[in-house]
Amino acid sequence: MSSAAARPHTQVARPPTGWQTGSNVVFRWLTHAFGGAVVVLLAGIVFEVMRHASGAMSKYGAGFVSGSTWDANRGEFGILPEIAGTLYTSFWALLLAGFLGITLALVLSQGFLHRRYEVVMKNIVELLAAIPSVVYGLWGIFVLVPLLRAPAGWLNDHFPNFPLFSTRLSGPGILPASLVLAIMILPTVTAVSREAMAAVPPRLAAAAYGLGATRWEVIFRVTLPTSAGGIFGALVLGLGRAFGETMALAMLAGNAQNFSWSLFSPGNTLAALLANHFPEAGEFEVGALMYAALVLLIITLAVNVLGSLIMLRATAGLKGLR
Amino acid sequence: MPRAAASRSQGAGLEFSLGNSRTLLDRVLTVLAIGFSLCALLPLFSVLYMLLVRGGELLSPSLFTELTPGAGMEGGGIGNAVLGTLVVVVIASVLSLPLGLLAAIYLAEYASESKLATLVRFAGKVLTGMPSILAGVFAYALVVVTMGSFSALAGGVAMSVLMVPTVMLTAEQALRAVPEKMRMAALGMGATRTETTLRVVLPTALPGILTGVMLALARAAGETAPLLFTALFSDYWFEGKLGSPVASLAVLIYNFSGSPFPHLVKLAWAASLILVFLVLVLNVGAQLIIRRPKEI
Repeated sequence: MSSAAARPHTQVARPPTGWQTGSNVVFRWLTHAFGGAVVVLLAGIVFEVMRHASGAMSKYGAGFVSGSTWDANRGEFGILPEIAGTLYTSFWALLLAGFLGITLALVLSQGFLHRRYEVVMKNIVELLAAIPSVVYGLWGIFVLVPLLRAPAGWLNDHFPNFPLFSTRLSGPGILPASLVLAIMILPTVTAVSREAMAAVPPRLAAAAYGLGATRWEVIFRVTLPTSAGGIFGALVLGLGRAFGETMALAMLAGNAQNFSWSLFSPGNTLAALLANHFPEAGEFEVGALMYAALVLLIITLAVNVLGSLIMLRATAGLKGLR
Repeated sequence: MPRAAASRSQGAGLEFSLGNSRTLLDRVLTVLAIGFSLCALLPLFSVLYMLLVRGGELLSPSLFTELTPGAGMEGGGIGNAVLGTLVVVVIASVLSLPLGLLAAIYLAEYASESKLATLVRFAGKVLTGMPSILAGVFAYALVVVTMGSFSALAGGVAMSVLMVPTVMLTAEQALRAVPEKMRMAALGMGATRTETTLRVVLPTALPGILTGVMLALARAAGETAPLLFTALFSDYWFEGKLGSPVASLAVLIYNFSGSPFPHLVKLAWAASLILVFLVLVLNVGAQLIIRRPKEI
């Protein structure tokens, strides 16, 4: 290469300076490092929880999952009531949020409303997701529980032998917790199943309309069966959220170390156990809580990965219909 | 017309009639569906109504300038909690924004299809779905146990874990939406990859990135579970010490909600109103930024 003086266009075209090449390489590696850091973060979370849980794991073993006492003074820890409570509250929440969420998704995607109202309603559903869970908890304590007391008492008076109504609602309990949980997972179920319904090729519905089907015949025989995979995925993702939801349950489930089938009795969930016990836990209890956190981590990871896989397969299956 | 009469008797006339069982069922289901949808939204309106009525009661300037009162005392405010929430959110932003943004640049600009990129994206998705309380458990294990005390820093670390995936995944989408032509033009002018990214792609994608950041902030500001046993709570002003506990609106609501003193419950409602207002402003702001018409 000749000297700069021999090239008249140095100001316009010149090779990159050392600073430019250097910064280019540094920036490239920086982004790679930060990309990797996200993976390290996830691994770090799993590792840290496992490291702190290892003591309790070797001490209590599998009995931790099947035991039902939680006594920090005697050093006895078991989380069976919490696991049962997590599954039970999530079941009721998913039943209600599944029904309402799929209905909402239909109303929002099948042309029931004028476009403008559709957008308004969609924004309202999103608003539901924006309200912090602790505010729902507060609302549950001071609005929902007083509201439920009379009907719950009536059900208990008239059907005392029916397992679901076998106790009185004395304040916090499974029913208010499940109801608030349902409100909280409703936006997830609605949004994801709406997406699945919107992915159904319009030709299919148009063909059914052309044959003379009414709107609901199209919904029941074309839209719902075609998007069933995606809707199932939405329910699984909603379940994942329900398992991990903490504050509303810590405030409304009752923080009781027992499990009952009655909707009106207090109970507990894994996440609520962590929230209620961590702030004042001693050394041994922290180990046990870490073990419980690990169980929660494994359950929610499994459910979320499963939900994502179902969604992936459901949308892939529709590609051929386009 | 015998043919028309015959078809009408089978309920298949062409004119609209509620006497037709199929039409009737269709209408009934439509009414039910819209009715259920409105029922599903009732709790939201109840929450907003209660916030305005019960939270609005105590709304005054002194609410923001005074400390939380002790049990059984009257007066006071929630100033320390408002400030504390801001402190924790700022710490979380400082930790999570660089990480989320640079990881997004890596995903969108350097390695969109590589194996590591797939792994990074997977990790992001898993982190999004992870219960927020586990972020608190992580920060507890990493910071509280190591430092030996609850602290504002631990709260910030927990929050940042929740913000990183949102920032990263939304920023990646915003960067991908930048037309490939603009990158080509910049590279053709002799810019390096880094200059292209920093001076052309990032400014163009900025509205989308900001939207993601605001959504992440909104989520973080409302989170309670990860703060309960990391930042804990404090009845005093934040004094610039990252190593000591700090108050926050969310934890205040939780602590005061179970209080037997009506005045503290009132403060919890007031704090809820302010927290929801803050979160909604961030959400609406995020929507407005993304709706701004594109110049390109």
